[in-house]
Amino acid sequence: MSPVLVALLVGLLGGLGAAARFAVDGAIRGRWSRLLPVATMIINVTGSVVIGVLAGALSTGVISADVYTVAATGFCGGYTTFSTAMVESVRLVASGDLRRGLVSAFGTLLLTVLAATLGLAVGLLLGS
Amino acid sequence: MSRPAHRDPRFLAVVALGGAAGTLARYGLGHLLPHDDGLPVATAVENLLGAFALGLLLEALVRRGAETRTRRLLRLGLGTGMLGGFTTFSSLALEVQQLLADGQVALGLGYGLGSVVLGLAACLAGVALAGARHRRRAAGSGGPG
Repeated sequence: MSPVLVALLVGLLGGLGAAARFAVDGAIRGRWSRLLPVATMIINVTGSVVIGVLAGALSTGVISADVYTVAATGFCGGYTTFSTAMVESVRLVASGDLRRGLVSAFGTLLLTVLAATLGLAVGLLLGS
Repeated sequence: MSRPAHRDPRFLAVVALGGAAGTLARYGLGHLLPHDDGLPVATAVENLLGAFALGLLLEALVRRGAETRTRRLLRLGLGTGMLGGFTTFSSLALEVQQLLADGQVALGLGYGLGSVVLGLAACLAGVALAGARHRRRAAGSGGPG
């Protein structure tokens, strides 16, 4: 793919990822507890599984570097969000719930790293 | 009964447009910032900038009062879309995983935990700046804002 086409697709998939995040967030937020920012946590964890699968598929040659860039940097990057995770944790802390704020921020880090590890294992299996 | 915002095509389009702009900015900045086998500088810089900016934006909007249509479009387009798309948790997670798998345990843990600690601080700084600006404006206009 030409560099311009890759950039255009990164932008397009990033927009789709952000819209998907907005839709998933709205669908989950309505029906889950407000104890933790569960919607954003689920979005970040599922996006991390996907980027792990993509990284595995890239390393076994199942997908090309351009496809990886478009799907990982574009879609997964647009779908997952660090800024919202930080804002939601800060809001919990500001409301006096330090413990839940920290569980939300550091728990998301732990779960997303585990999710990426799981995804990578799946991605490597796909290519074997 | 009106349609919930997350199923409204107009709001989805605003979030998608902002998300495309934020993702392209992240992609572009990623090319400008250094790449090596050590600390993933690009993702760290993007995430910290985005956490600061989102704290600032959302606090500034909240302090202006009830959400109008314009404020909602700004929140969804610039906040949920652009800054949400500019920052990424999936790249952070994968980069931590790769550093750990590489045996660079201290760097991986430092990068992951450092991103979250500094991300919380950056977000708080954005919130504080919006609050300080709001108080200055209120004091400047001679009455409570």
